[in-house]
Amino acid sequence: MIFPFFKNTRTKSPIILPKFWMNYAALFLKEEAVDSQSKFIVIDTETTGFDYEKERILCIGAVLLEKSQIAVKDSFEVYLTQDHYNSDSTPIHGILKEEKKEKTAEIEALKSFLTYIGNAPIIAHHTMFDVNMINKALHRQGLPSLKNKLLDTVVLYKKSLLRSPLIEKKDHYSLDELADKFNISKKDRHTALGDAYITALLFLKIIKKLKEKTGQLKFKRLFID
Amino acid sequence: MKNTISHRVADFLKGFPPFNMLSIEVLEDIAMEINIQYLDKEGLVFKEGDNPHTNFYVVHKGAVALRKAPQNEMVDLCDEGDIFGLRPLMAQENYKMEAKAYEETILYCIPIEVFKPYALKNKAIGNFLLESFASNTRNPYAKNHRGKLYGETSSEETEAVVPLFDVQQVRWSKNIISCETSTPITVLASAMRANKIGAILVLKDKLPIGIITDKDLRNKIGTGEIPISGTAFEIMSSPVITYPEELTVTQAQMGMMATGVSHLCITKDGTPHTKAVGIVSKHDIMLSVGNNPSVLIKAIQRASKTKEVKRIRLSIMKLLRGYLQQGIPMTITSKIISELNNACTRQIITLNLKKMETPPPCSFVWLAIGSQGRNEQLLQTDQDNAIIFEKESTAEGEPHKEYFLELAKKINKGLMKIGYEYCPADMMASNPKWCLDLESWKKNVSYWISNPGKNEVLLSSIFFDFNAVYGNTKLSDALSDVIFDTLKEFPVFTTHLASGALQSPPPSGFFRKFLVEHDGANKDNFDLKRRTLMPLTDAARVLVLSHFVKGINNTAARFEKLATLEPNNKDLYLSCSYATKALLKFRTKQGILHRDSGRYLDLNSLSKEERVKLKRTFKTIKEIQELINIRFKVSQLL
Repeated sequence: MIFPFFKNTRTKSPIILPKFWMNYAALFLKEEAVDSQSKFIVIDTETTGFDYEKERILCIGAVLLEKSQIAVKDSFEVYLTQDHYNSDSTPIHGILKEEKKEKTAEIEALKSFLTYIGNAPIIAHHTMFDVNMINKALHRQGLPSLKNKLLDTVVLYKKSLLRSPLIEKKDHYSLDELADKFNISKKDRHTALGDAYITALLFLKIIKKLKEKTGQLKFKRLFID
Repeated sequence: MKNTISHRVADFLKGFPPFNMLSIEVLEDIAMEINIQYLDKEGLVFKEGDNPHTNFYVVHKGAVALRKAPQNEMVDLCDEGDIFGLRPLMAQENYKMEAKAYEETILYCIPIEVFKPYALKNKAIGNFLLESFASNTRNPYAKNHRGKLYGETSSEETEAVVPLFDVQQVRWSKNIISCETSTPITVLASAMRANKIGAILVLKDKLPIGIITDKDLRNKIGTGEIPISGTAFEIMSSPVITYPEELTVTQAQMGMMATGVSHLCITKDGTPHTKAVGIVSKHDIMLSVGNNPSVLIKAIQRASKTKEVKRIRLSIMKLLRGYLQQGIPMTITSKIISELNNACTRQIITLNLKKMETPPPCSFVWLAIGSQGRNEQLLQTDQDNAIIFEKESTAEGEPHKEYFLELAKKINKGLMKIGYEYCPADMMASNPKWCLDLESWKKNVSYWISNPGKNEVLLSSIFFDFNAVYGNTKLSDALSDVIFDTLKEFPVFTTHLASGALQSPPPSGFFRKFLVEHDGANKDNFDLKRRTLMPLTDAARVLVLSHFVKGINNTAARFEKLATLEPNNKDLYLSCSYATKALLKFRTKQGILHRDSGRYLDLNSLSKEERVKLKRTFKTIKEIQELINIRFKVSQLL
C-alpha cells in the first residue's frame, strides 16, 4: 500500500522529522469534537509584507480561548530573528530591524508555537494569510504544514449577516472595520498579540450573533479548508 | 513575563479604586494572572448560594446586575471599573446575590490568591475594602449615588439600607461653574448660558461667598436696580447655604424650603469656610426623587457625555415599566417614551456635532425611519436612520457627503453605546446609500414609486415612515411633497404596496392554532412582529397614502384618522387601532420581561387570558387584509 503522503516528498527514504513535530502530529490521531466551550487558539502574525515566498514573519501572537475565557498568562508572543527586512511594512507593525525586544530563531519560535497550539482549532482574521505564512516558514525548516482545523472571523461574520437583497456582502472586512462594528477598543492594534486579543473578542461576539441566527452552532460546518 | 494584554489590563485597572492605590508594576503582575471572560446578555456569573469562586470580578465593558431573592430585585448595577463578588471570598462565605450580565459584558476575573497579599499589606486598600463591604447592601436606587461620584474624597458609602428615597444621598454635579466677585455680569451670564445652568457660585480665595441664580439676574438687573455693567459682587445672594457631602434628599428639600433658596452648596466640611465641592439644585433633587418626564428631558439636554445619556435611559425604562404597570393608556405612554427616546437621539447628535472639526457645510436633517419613525419603538431595538443634506458642494468629489458620513458614523456609534443596536440590514445614515443630498433622495423615491419592484416596495415601506428628529425639517417636508406628487402620478404603486402589505404570514392556521417559527433560534416561538404588528402597520401605511394624508406616522393614529375619513369602515379601523395598541403593549411587556425586543413569544409562558387576548386581534388582522385585497385589487397583480 502506498500512502499518498509519500508521493510528494522529494526523497525516497522516509524523512525523519524532529521530535517536537512528531509530538504535535500525534495529537491529531484522534478527532475531537468541537463546541463553543472547547479550546481555541486565536492567532495573528506581523510580517514584513504580503508575498508568501519573499516576506517573513516578524512576530507571532496568540491567545488561548476556553469556555469564553482568555487567561492572560496563557497568551503567546514571540519575536523572530529574520535576515529579510522590508521597511515598507515598518509603519504598520512598528517592529524595527534592530528591535530591542528579545528575539528567537525561526525554528525555535515554530517549535514553541506548535507546542503551544497543540490540536486546538486556530482562529484568525483572514486566517489563510497567517496560516500560509506559518506554513511557508515550516516548509523552509523542512516541516509539513499545520494540521489544525481553521476558523476565520471574516467567513464567520459573513455567515452571520442576514440574507437580504438590501445587504451587499463585501469580500473583505478589515479587522478595524469589524472592531468598530462590534465596539471593541482598537488599542494595541498592529501588535500581534493585541490583534489576536481583538480577534478573540470578535470571534466571541460573532459566534453569539450566529447562534441567534441559526439556533445552534455546528462548528463542523464553519471550518475552512 | 509581561505582554501586550497584561499592559492593557493594568492600564485599565489603574483608573479605578482600589487598584489606583497600587503601583503600575504591581498591577502588571496582577494583570498577568487574570482571566478575561466574555458574557452574553443575561450570562450568569454566579447564583445566590453558590460556593465562592477563586476569583472576584471587575467589569471591563458592559454592566452586571446583582439581584437578590426572593423578589429578584436588582440591588446594584455594576458598570465599567466596578468590583463585585469580593466580599464572599474575603469572608469565606457563599454568594448572597446573583450576578448576571445586564448587557454584553467583558469581565476581568482576578484570582483572590494573587490579590489578597496586596490587600493585607496595603492599608489604604484594606480601608477601602472595609468601607465598601460596610455599604454592601446598597439600595435599588443606589446606582446614582455611589461613592466614586463624590467630590474629592474616595470614601465609598451609602447610608440608606432600606429603599426609601428620602434618606438617600443626593447626587449633585461636582462640576462647579464659578466666578470671582469682580467678574462682570455679562461674563458670568455667558458662562451660565454656555453651561446651561441656572446658578453660578461666587468664590473668593476658593471659598464660596455667594451665589447668583437666574432669579438674581431677573430681579436685580432686569428691574434696573443694578446696571448691567456691574460685577458679580453687586448682585450675588449671600451667604451661601452650605451642607456637607452626606446630604440626603430630605435634608436638601428641607434646607431649600427653610431658606427659600433653590441651590445648595456642598463644601468639604459643610461650612462656608472650606472648599466648595459641588452644587445641588432643585432639579437634582427632582431627578433623585423620581422619574418625571420633564425632568428627564432636561437631564438629557444637559448630558455632556454619551455615558450620561445611557444612564438616563435606565430611568426612562423604569418610567416605561411604571406606566405599563399602572395601566396608563398606550397612546400616552408611547407618546411620552418616544419623545424621550427622540430627545436622547437629538442629544447624541448634538454631542457628536461638537466632536466634528468644523460645523456642517450645509443644513441637514436626521431622519428616524421604520418603527422609530412611527414612534412605536418603546424598547430599544435596532436603529434605522438616514440623513438628507441640502446639496453637494460644487468642488471636486463629494466633500459634503464625506462630512455627513463621518458625522453619521459617530452618531450611529453613539446610539449603539446608549443601547440601540446597529441595524442588521445596514439601514443607517453611515451607509453611503442612506446619506444623500435632497436631489438624490428625490430621485430615489421617485424611482421607487415609478418602478415598484419587490425591493423598491420594501424600501419604500421602511423609508416612507420617516420622522425628522433633528435639523432642517424643510428638507424632509420637501421630500414628502415629492413622494405625494409622484404617488398621484403613479397610482399603481399603491397596489404594489398593498400587495406587500399582504405578504406577512397569517397569525393562525386553519384550526385557529398559533403558527410558530419552524427553525432558527426562535424555533417554536410566535413571531409577534411579523405576524401581527407588521400586517397592521403595512395596512395603515398603504391606506393612509392612498388618501394622501401627510404627517401621521403612528399606526394607531393612522387608523384613527382613517376612521374619520371613511365613516362606513369606522368600526374596523377603530378595532385596528385598538389591536395595534394592545399588541404593542403586549410586545413591550414581553420585551421588558425578557430584556429583549419582545419580538418572539414563548407561547407556553402565556396565561390563558393572554392567549385569548392575542387571538382576538387576529380576526381584525384578517378583516383589514381582506379590505386591502379587495380595494386595491391586489389579485390582479398575480
